[in-house]
Amino acid sequence: MIARLRASAGPYVSILPGGLWLAIFFVLPLVVMAALSLETGNLIDGFTMTWHWANYSDVLSSYHTQLVRSLVYGGLATLVSIVLAYPMAYWIAFYGGRNKSTYLFLVLLPFFVTFVLRTVAWQFLLGDQGLVLSWLKNAGIVGQDFHVLATAFAVVAGLVYNYLPFMLLPIYVSLERIDGSLLEAAGDLYANRTQTLLRVVLPLTIPGIFAGVLLTFVPAASDYVNASILGGTGQTMIGNIIQTLYLTNSDYPRASALSIVLMAILVIGIFAYARALGTRDVLDAAAA
Amino acid sequence: MSMLRGRAGRRRGILLHIYTWLIILWLMTPIFVIILFGFNDTKGRFNYTWQGFTLYWYRHLFDISDLTNALVNSLTIAVLVTLISAAIGTGLGFALGRWRFRGSGPTELTLFANIAAPEITFATALLSLFITMNIARGYWTIVIAQVTFGVAYLAVTVRARMSGYDVYVEEAARDLGAGPVTTFRLITLPLIMPGIIAGSLLVFALSIDDFVITQFNAGQTLTFPLWVYGATRLGVPPQVNVMGTLIFVGGVLLAVTSVIINRRRA
Repeated sequence: MIARLRASAGPYVSILPGGLWLAIFFVLPLVVMAALSLETGNLIDGFTMTWHWANYSDVLSSYHTQLVRSLVYGGLATLVSIVLAYPMAYWIAFYGGRNKSTYLFLVLLPFFVTFVLRTVAWQFLLGDQGLVLSWLKNAGIVGQDFHVLATAFAVVAGLVYNYLPFMLLPIYVSLERIDGSLLEAAGDLYANRTQTLLRVVLPLTIPGIFAGVLLTFVPAASDYVNASILGGTGQTMIGNIIQTLYLTNSDYPRASALSIVLMAILVIGIFAYARALGTRDVLDAAAA
Repeated sequence: MSMLRGRAGRRRGILLHIYTWLIILWLMTPIFVIILFGFNDTKGRFNYTWQGFTLYWYRHLFDISDLTNALVNSLTIAVLVTLISAAIGTGLGFALGRWRFRGSGPTELTLFANIAAPEITFATALLSLFITMNIARGYWTIVIAQVTFGVAYLAVTVRARMSGYDVYVEEAARDLGAGPVTTFRLITLPLIMPGIIAGSLLVFALSIDDFVITQFNAGQTLTFPLWVYGATRLGVPPQVNVMGTLIFVGGVLLAVTSVIINRRRA
């Protein structure tokens, strides 16, 4: 009897410390933030719950430009990442031979440099007096007042640079899983190379692309480091606004409301997207 | 895969090979620049143009005391976060890999949400909790914030390594008279140790690198990434390049070592 009790208590004893931690510092904070987003007040007098739903309409009308811009930049960065990553993942999976893991290691190498520092390095490279532009200007290829920093291009390029590996790895995994005999079968059935690519390889890698889109779009759309280091006032993203509202203005209720709006958009987007693709493979890929 | 080869296939292979190396080169460019400009004989803070080779910044690595403090904070926080995450996350990952139980579904979902959630959601939610509870932000709120993602990554890594776990080994130990504590210490723990080590390395790396969650919950405390971010407006001193280089080299060595150890085991 005691032995059986112990066996059934086992999982609960094991998950207790970690589960408790996540309940207090992950689940509870989400509830607290939702409550805070309906309060009114200021830093000096304190905040009180007034069910002030207007915080939501306020932030939506004040910051819809930045919200839309974040989704557009995030979407662009994701699309560019697919286009850049797919051929490379394809080559590593089918032609990488014994060196596959070496190539993957090289793709991951930037992660060993601090994220902020990588972005600062791009600021340094692309600066008006930086290595790239000063050379191009001296060579007369671009005009003296040409600049890259503080443009949408710089921010999207920064996002692509920082999140490309998150796109490449899941695509690689799904390419790697493809059974070679399927490709041979396609050839035996007189499919040419392009047909094989479009009608056999590509459909089989949809789960990988799905996972890559999730892993790239969510962090890219909510990123504020690239916009603040590589962008200017015209490239402010929603993350920058949330940061300012919390850390500079101490306008906590509106900051919370905006953060929840961003979360809601991303969560709804993910579910709509999963539904549109609508296969069970998708969930497997996301879990992998 | 014979149909991918052939003459046209080979030509495509060569083009894609060149393409792959161009992307790798692009990925490496900032790393190369960071390392190179740590050796730049620049005067003062403006480390923009190449002035010649020097080891001066390596000898004067700790001259900027608040930068040094920030680096020390990053390292001590990473150690604490790794230890706490391993202590409380291991059981979570183990239980999910070992048993099917009532509540395992919601637990899995929480872990997935934790890892998939945008960092900023997570960061602002915790900050909202600290604000509401009137908890001043600083060193320990950074530790708490980072453990919250550390636990999840550690649990997921441990669970992933449980796939070949043999339940009968535990029963054999029990039949031979070992109590639950002894069984755990002598049988279970050594079997799941590779997972705990892999997860710990991952959590340590994520902690050192973390920016968003740390910035929101740091108060006036600075870590290495926060210091660098704050310095971007004024220009980043060469010591930052040197520290970045050392973190990079340390990380690569650690990764290569763990790969080699894993290969030997397998």
